[in-house]
Amino acid sequence: MAKMNLKVNHKTYTVDVDPATPLLWVLRDHLHLVGTKFGCAVGACGACTIHLNGNAMKSCQLPVSAAAAQEITTIEGLSEHGDHPVQKAWLDIDVAQCGYCQTGQIMAAAALLKQKPNPTDADIDNYMSGNICRCGTYIRIREAIKTAAKTSKK
Amino acid sequence: MEKQTSRRSFLKVSSISGGGMLLGFSWLASLKPSEVMGAAGTAPEWVELTGFIKIMADNQIKILSPNPEFGQNVMTSLPMLIAEELEVDWKKIQVEMGDYDTPRFKSQFTGGSQSIRSAWMPLRKAGATARMMLLQAAANLWHLPVAELTASNGSVMHKATNKTITYGQLAEAAAKLPVPANPVLKKASELNLVGQSQKNVEGAKIVAGKSLFTMDYQVDGMLVAMAIRPPAFGMQLKSYDATEAKKMPGIKDVFDIEVYKKGYERAGFDTRTFNHLIVVVGNSTWEVLNARKKVVAQWESIVETKETVNNFGRKKEETIPAGLESSDKHMQQMLALQGQKAKVLRKDGDPEAAFAAAKKVIEKTYSAPFLPHNTMEPISCFAHITDEKAFFVAPIQIPDMMKQNIVANLDVPADKIEMKLARMGGGFGRRAYGHYIIEAGLISKKMKAPVKLIYTREDDMTNGVYRPAYIVTYKAALDANNNITAIHIKGGGIPEHAVHENRFPAGAFDNYLAEGWELPSNITIGAFRAPRSNFIASAEQSFLDELAQTIGKDPIDFRIELLKKAKASPVGKNNDYNADRYIGVLELLKEKSKWTATPKGKHRGVAAYFCHNSYVAHVVDVSMKNGLPQIDNVVSVLDCGIVVNPDAAKNMVEGAVIDGIGNCLFGGLKFDKGVVLQQNLNQYRMIRMREAPKKIDVHFVQNSIDPTGLGEPPFPPIFAALANAMYKATGKRFYHQPFINELNKKA
Ligand code: FES
Ligand code: FES
Repeated sequence: MAKMNLKVNHKTYTVDVDPATPLLWVLRDHLHLVGTKFGCAVGACGACTIHLNGNAMKSCQLPVSAAAAQEITTIEGLSEHGDHPVQKAWLDIDVAQCGYCQTGQIMAAAALLKQKPNPTDADIDNYMSGNICRCGTYIRIREAIKTAAKTSKK
Repeated sequence: MEKQTSRRSFLKVSSISGGGMLLGFSWLASLKPSEVMGAAGTAPEWVELTGFIKIMADNQIKILSPNPEFGQNVMTSLPMLIAEELEVDWKKIQVEMGDYDTPRFKSQFTGGSQSIRSAWMPLRKAGATARMMLLQAAANLWHLPVAELTASNGSVMHKATNKTITYGQLAEAAAKLPVPANPVLKKASELNLVGQSQKNVEGAKIVAGKSLFTMDYQVDGMLVAMAIRPPAFGMQLKSYDATEAKKMPGIKDVFDIEVYKKGYERAGFDTRTFNHLIVVVGNSTWEVLNARKKVVAQWESIVETKETVNNFGRKKEETIPAGLESSDKHMQQMLALQGQKAKVLRKDGDPEAAFAAAKKVIEKTYSAPFLPHNTMEPISCFAHITDEKAFFVAPIQIPDMMKQNIVANLDVPADKIEMKLARMGGGFGRRAYGHYIIEAGLISKKMKAPVKLIYTREDDMTNGVYRPAYIVTYKAALDANNNITAIHIKGGGIPEHAVHENRFPAGAFDNYLAEGWELPSNITIGAFRAPRSNFIASAEQSFLDELAQTIGKDPIDFRIELLKKAKASPVGKNNDYNADRYIGVLELLKEKSKWTATPKGKHRGVAAYFCHNSYVAHVVDVSMKNGLPQIDNVVSVLDCGIVVNPDAAKNMVEGAVIDGIGNCLFGGLKFDKGVVLQQNLNQYRMIRMREAPKKIDVHFVQNSIDPTGLGEPPFPPIFAALANAMYKATGKRFYHQPFINELNKKA
């Protein structure tokens, strides 16, 4: 066990956990930030996507010790009122079915748009193919990303 | 009092850095102030009407959604049915998920694409009943004949005198009135909410990452539990040593449980589980995961057993064979059994004679492997069993089916069961089988604490309730003029076959034979999106395509011709389809897909199917890229009667199309000596965005037939539509799923 400071969504938390604990479980079990989802724990589904210093990361693959003192953003911190352009586009297109994958999809999409404000279809497909949606909402996710790209520009 | 509770919860949520707080579902946090305070600062009073509707004096209106939600959007579409008849402004309605209370809601069944179909009349009646009681209350208050009053927008009006009063002001008086026996429903032409797309009522919570799912549920003092199950089907626990595991940090206990008691007679949805499990319980997921690795267990082979299963009163003896099964061996067994005698399911005319006289026989065999559901949210369940009650937060499609199981195996009286029906991170049939509720309950009982049982993805994939493995052979007899004189379908599966003897093309051929056989297995199986249809449609519709091609007919015209014949002079009895509606979707598909104008460089395939009361036909356009089909466009046409929430319905169809494409291209769970070979998503290929169609164009046949299902029907026919398109693109037929294997062979 080790005491560590975590900067999550602009707040500082002190946790006392095994340094090897994947960040995913620290967020969910210790900080009760359950918007970051558990899907596979092997880096294959993207449900656990967060931002580490602004870049999309799979939190199940990141030991908490490696995330200490860095800027972590989870879906709960993406926007204050759930109104980030990507979140708004998601509601606009009514993307979700079961919804379980969608916070990870949104975090990935927000990171993509930061890197590439005008992604092509191929950019979107490549970037987003790390995130599985078992319900098959891919077409709407693509559309929502394009919508968000447009609204962010305004 | 309620205000204080709320305030306390709010404070607890804000002080997130402090340990040990309560963070359940966000229902308290999401309440608006007026809701917890009431108009005059007193406790609020929700007045309840019909069990589905709650109204407050300030005219806040809440509708309870009865059916568990797993992404099919019933939490929006079912309340819409109530709101339609209640005459309220949908935008002002709050929707709340009902708890498990089937006597109140009459039905809480999510499965078989039945939600909308079976709720269509009862929920509208609930809305209409409440509307009539509110109207009557106003009539009583104003001393006016009820016929002079109208209800709209959450108010009752008397147009002649310009009087108006809100439902909120009437609710208390209305609740005291006798319940009208025959509520008057709106005519189809008067429906003004049904048919208008409404957004997912939980959309905002989903995109904000609010706690909605069982996996997210946490309470003070909650323990985390995981189980250790046999490493292979055909094995069981012999002994174990937990000494080291118990010493691990954060671990509370390690013990073993028997899920179902000896002699428990299973009902239809009580899947045969690995019954004897080792359980590790601790403070946090990571600690339990680590300790679980330290348990040393010995396993032994099972012996063959016979069990009686009580399927809605129909008792069936089930054989569970011993042995360690492998996929390669399964295939050999299935092929061998195809050559042996099978049970005749239906016979019309004299198929034997027709085949003997045939000039040409076309015979094709199709197969498909076991499939895991892989719901995005792995299985989990929260349980807290105390002397007062058995409380669960459970992802379960048919909660009432669990009642007798809970009573029998957890020794809890039925009236002490309380269950929150959490939003499910996917279901697809997997969550009809709630053995995990019993597992979580047993652990909570033993620990005398609130417990959340978690399945890792590996647990989920290796302890599944899989789609069975299937095989089927289609045979057609042709005469010298290429007329089809007989059809023979023979199918089998492990442990069930998928032949639907009364479905199309039965009824269209004078000589017809359908046969089936089943091979028992110790691998657990269950319903998977459009059970059995999901395989048989892929085979049937590929075969019809090949048949049409052989006799030189357009595949859509060929189907329509057969359907017309089946309508004009149906052969045999019990033909399970309506030829007109079937033809209807094919005709509309021709038009919408511009069937005869295949886009340049693209290759088209078509398929259609009828199951779960709805008719679906798809056209798929593909072009081959790097050995894989790139799906440029899909046109889908459905006849599912009235569509309640069109945009959400489209979403569901898109999802079914993508799910089907993914499963037929990549899906397939392999077993080797009872061991599941792909145990996580890095070993099991699921469709990803880059393989998804570029576009899916969905059309509904417009009619005023009562609505039928939508979650399953679009799924089965997409397999063959893709296979038929890939044939056009590659010149190769695809008989064995997953198709990726056949594609790779070619490369
Ligand atoms: S849970 Fe991290 S990628 Fe699946
Ligand atoms: S919406 Fe269900 S997994 Fe994506």
